[in-house]
Amino acid sequence: MIELADISKSFGKTPALQGVSLSAGAGSIHGIVGENGAGKSTLMKILTGFTSRSGGEILCRGKKIRLNTPSDAMRFGIGMLYQEPLDFPQLSILENFMAGKAAFAPSQARAELARLAADFGFVFHPDHKVETLTVGERQQLELLRLIHDGTRILILDEPTTGISERQQKQLFAALRRLKAYGAAILLVSHKLEEVDSLCDTVTVLRHGRVAAAMRCPFDRQTLLQAMFDSLPELLPPAQATPGQEPVIEFDRVVSTVGRAGLHEATITVRTGEVVGLAGMDGSGQAAFLKIAGGFLPPESGRVRRFGQPLPDGCGRSRDVAFLPADRLAEGLLPGMTLREHHILAKTGSILLSAATGQDSARRAIDDFNIKGQSETTAEELSGGNQQRLLLSLIPDKVRLILMENPTRGLDVQSAAWTWQQLHRRKGDDGAIIFASPDLEEIMTQAARVVVFYDGRIILDTPTAATSYHEISRAIIGEAGRSILRPA
Amino acid sequence: MDPATFLAALVTMAAPLVLAALGETLTEKAGVVNLSLDGTILLGAMTGFVVASVTQSLLLGFLAAGLTGCAVAALVAVIGVWLGQSQVAVGFALTFLCRDLAYFLGNPYARQQGPQLAALPVPLLADLPFVGKVFCAHSLIVYLSFLAIPCCIYFLYHTRHGLILRTAGENPEGCWARGIDPNKVRFLATLAGGAMAGLAGAAFSLAVKPGWGHPQGCEGIGWIALALVIFGSWHPLRVAAGAYFFGLLQLLGIVFQDSFPAIPAQIFQVAPFPLMIFALILIHLSRNPKNRFFAGFIRLFGSPPPQGLGKPYRRS
Amino acid sequence: MNHPLFSRFTRISVITGLALGGVGLLLFVLGISPVDIGVTLARGSIFSLQKFSHVLTIWIPLLLSSCGLLFTFRAGLWNIGIEGQVVFGAIAATCLLREESFGLPAAVTLVLAHILSFIGGGLWAAFAGFLKNRGGVNEIFGGLGLNFVAQGLILWLILGPWKRAGIASMSGTDMFARELWLFTPPGWRLAPAALVIACIAFAATALILAATRFGLQIRATGINPTAARLFGIHPGRTGLLAMAIGGGLAGLAGGLQVSCVYHRLLPSISSGYGYLALLVVMLAHYRLRPVPAICLFFACLAAGSIQLPIVLKLDSSLAGVIQGACVVSALLVHGLQKRQRGEL
Repeated sequence: MIELADISKSFGKTPALQGVSLSAGAGSIHGIVGENGAGKSTLMKILTGFTSRSGGEILCRGKKIRLNTPSDAMRFGIGMLYQEPLDFPQLSILENFMAGKAAFAPSQARAELARLAADFGFVFHPDHKVETLTVGERQQLELLRLIHDGTRILILDEPTTGISERQQKQLFAALRRLKAYGAAILLVSHKLEEVDSLCDTVTVLRHGRVAAAMRCPFDRQTLLQAMFDSLPELLPPAQATPGQEPVIEFDRVVSTVGRAGLHEATITVRTGEVVGLAGMDGSGQAAFLKIAGGFLPPESGRVRRFGQPLPDGCGRSRDVAFLPADRLAEGLLPGMTLREHHILAKTGSILLSAATGQDSARRAIDDFNIKGQSETTAEELSGGNQQRLLLSLIPDKVRLILMENPTRGLDVQSAAWTWQQLHRRKGDDGAIIFASPDLEEIMTQAARVVVFYDGRIILDTPTAATSYHEISRAIIGEAGRSILRPA
Repeated sequence: MDPATFLAALVTMAAPLVLAALGETLTEKAGVVNLSLDGTILLGAMTGFVVASVTQSLLLGFLAAGLTGCAVAALVAVIGVWLGQSQVAVGFALTFLCRDLAYFLGNPYARQQGPQLAALPVPLLADLPFVGKVFCAHSLIVYLSFLAIPCCIYFLYHTRHGLILRTAGENPEGCWARGIDPNKVRFLATLAGGAMAGLAGAAFSLAVKPGWGHPQGCEGIGWIALALVIFGSWHPLRVAAGAYFFGLLQLLGIVFQDSFPAIPAQIFQVAPFPLMIFALILIHLSRNPKNRFFAGFIRLFGSPPPQGLGKPYRRS
Repeated sequence: MNHPLFSRFTRISVITGLALGGVGLLLFVLGISPVDIGVTLARGSIFSLQKFSHVLTIWIPLLLSSCGLLFTFRAGLWNIGIEGQVVFGAIAATCLLREESFGLPAAVTLVLAHILSFIGGGLWAAFAGFLKNRGGVNEIFGGLGLNFVAQGLILWLILGPWKRAGIASMSGTDMFARELWLFTPPGWRLAPAALVIACIAFAATALILAATRFGLQIRATGINPTAARLFGIHPGRTGLLAMAIGGGLAGLAGGLQVSCVYHRLLPSISSGYGYLALLVVMLAHYRLRPVPAICLFFACLAAGSIQLPIVLKLDSSLAGVIQGACVVSALLVHGLQKRQRGEL
């Protein structure tokens, strides 16, 4: 029913998708899996008319179609359930259901909503505001709205992140029902259990290309190998015995920030440790790092840093450095020069002259190989150089370094050098906790690996005691010998 | 003064404020803050008076005022919505520009006699004992202010376009995902609000406070309307109630000035603003999960603003 | 053609051309000669030393208020409450100046009064900042509300506790004792001390914002409060401090209005200079360097426009029309430029 033929997309010179082809017939569920950055969301944005494609064709029921805007996609019956539902929390459920429809008929809409809800086993009070619903329920409402709109090609983006097990069951039942009604469903997911139980066919994306196309039943091994680059078994880094002093202690910390949130995370990191956090985006690592950095208060549970409860609010004590993933939006100051960043990062005199911060900036440019001058502004730097700037701002005597994605945008040599610097800064009584989508980086730099899945720590082991294979299985939800089920 | 006369005067006095505040409610529900309200009202008052004086047609006067309001709002919309600049900046600059333009252009017509809107008593209803005097013996513009309230409510909550307008103010991304261009909606809503503000100005210079001068007497009404929209939690009925409440305070200030010398008259003029601040604080406190126990009580008084208010939307 | 200075010059030319051209067209349509207007305005502002000293009495409070706004805009805040801060500063100064003496020499009283006006304006601004940080009240509406409250307060004081001996009058309180007037040389219309204070204030603003760590921190807060936290900056606290300083400068403007221009407190003590300063800083595109010149331009317009009703029988609000047109045209040009750059 829907076919993508040889789709390619480039953002400037960077290719995001190359030659991607897949097809999903009516009455089937087609899975799309891949690592972070494999190109799944770009592909879906093209299919829903949010982004234009650079090459290739989209065919709907055999005919070529053009999708320039979301309303085009709607006309062809393509609808998408986003990770973050695009709804209107302050309006009522009924109003959300009705918004944008051609006619305004509240009593009719009410009846139809009730009918659809009953059909799929969902329960709604049409006059309550959407903000009172849980994420899972908002998703259900959005699903009903799309169905009512006549969506025949339904795309779901990581739908089960952050919803309860019961809601998950309801969703799976709803999807199977839709399949029976003849819809074509595309399911973007990284969870093996879902793909296994729902999908008829699967396309695996890797680095913007199709790495494999498989039919049900799936061979786990083949799937894993297609998803992740194959790595020879690497030698883990030299193990330093972790010290006794705890640097960060999490005790049953709960948070609702981020799609998956954090469910009772309990972990202790001690001096001298380098801990790598693995897992798909949005599985809880970002919330963990933000809480550890003191930027986010936990909803419940206790956090201690250097043995003390966290001071509130402000992020840079001289002992802790935090490097966010979204560099320009969260970590740097657009409009300010390198020199000015360095002035702010260090303590010093109240009065500034043209020379203040020059030494620091020049040293950073030399040491970190930043392609820029001390008067270059942050937004003028390329992505990789912004990363280098962030790294150069880490104070010398730091005791805890938290990083959301340390070597993003850096080439292999720069990344290696960066890690050298980081290890040196950490010294013997510091600790590094970093999240990275690059498993190779985690395995070579971290002495301890923690894998997050759906907001929980599913694996916590010294690198030496685990394997690449085990980590990648954990990322998609398999830990130990059985598939992890949410509690 | 007997109650009927008092209430009739109240309703007349508050009519322009009701119109302006309801117009701004529509605009803000769509996500746009139009700070040029005060200047628009003055410019509308001047235009309405001048056109009506020159053409001797009240209808043309009101029409001109409405169009003037639209024109000013169009500038706000072009710079604030289409070009995505700060709505606050452009509204603020325009309010002074319009005010000064009104004084400058209206100078030759200052302190002149102009046409006034006559009272138009409704044939049978005006003879009813109490209600007749209070509601049914007014000029057209006051009747319009009455009608505007149910019309706005009906439009916002019981029509398709009203729902679309509200979605544009809540979550423009969601709007776009449903195939509607939120900026177009915002543009139209701003124009509508501006037109009503223009009419409110003409209501002053052609009915409630006839004539033109420097000052006219309706200065500051625009800011009060802005405060009322917040105080009324962006709901037409509550906003209108706030407008009548403010009119009440004003009238009380005038009537009882001599009887209560200890209470400064300024309290009445100034009152809407501390009330507005109070309302904003209540809303803020009610959002804090720790205050859940009295959040329900607060909800009675206020609801949060449209979530997309003041934020320009650009297609990503 | 990409040289920044050239493009900035082009932009300024386009903005002024658009604004003045628009106003000129309007005048032409009304049958008024723009040349006559220009000459009248100039005659009222720069053609004589006396007139120019009047321009300076407007320039001084305008510059002080603009300096205050530079602080708050730098912190990313819309300090619409500036009018109220000027008024409150004037009230604070009047507290001290309306009494005959506190047993202190006049000079000391004057100095204290100005310090008090700075503190008064600062507190009023800090209150708006506090409402924002703790009460979640947007500083625009909080500031607006406090403007009206300050206006109500000043009216009450003038018509109530501080009324003229005899009858309360809208023309203000009694005049202050002669010794408590800021020193004005005979024949001058302005006090040299006020001029000095304004210049020092501008220099201090420039120094703090451009050459101190604190200024850099304020800037960081305005650019990106989230990232600023990573540098050890408390956005809420920094913003509050910027508001306090900004309000203080505005309050100082109010204090100078009572001590050397009017020598009493009157309802329109701020003369709208607070709001006008907002227009100045918007036209300067929130940058420091153009501010004194734009203040001078606006002050000339304001002073010159007094002649308009006398000479040409026109309303003096034309000055406001020109000022407003400049700002709106600047917003339009900047917006179009951004759109052009964004879509290229």
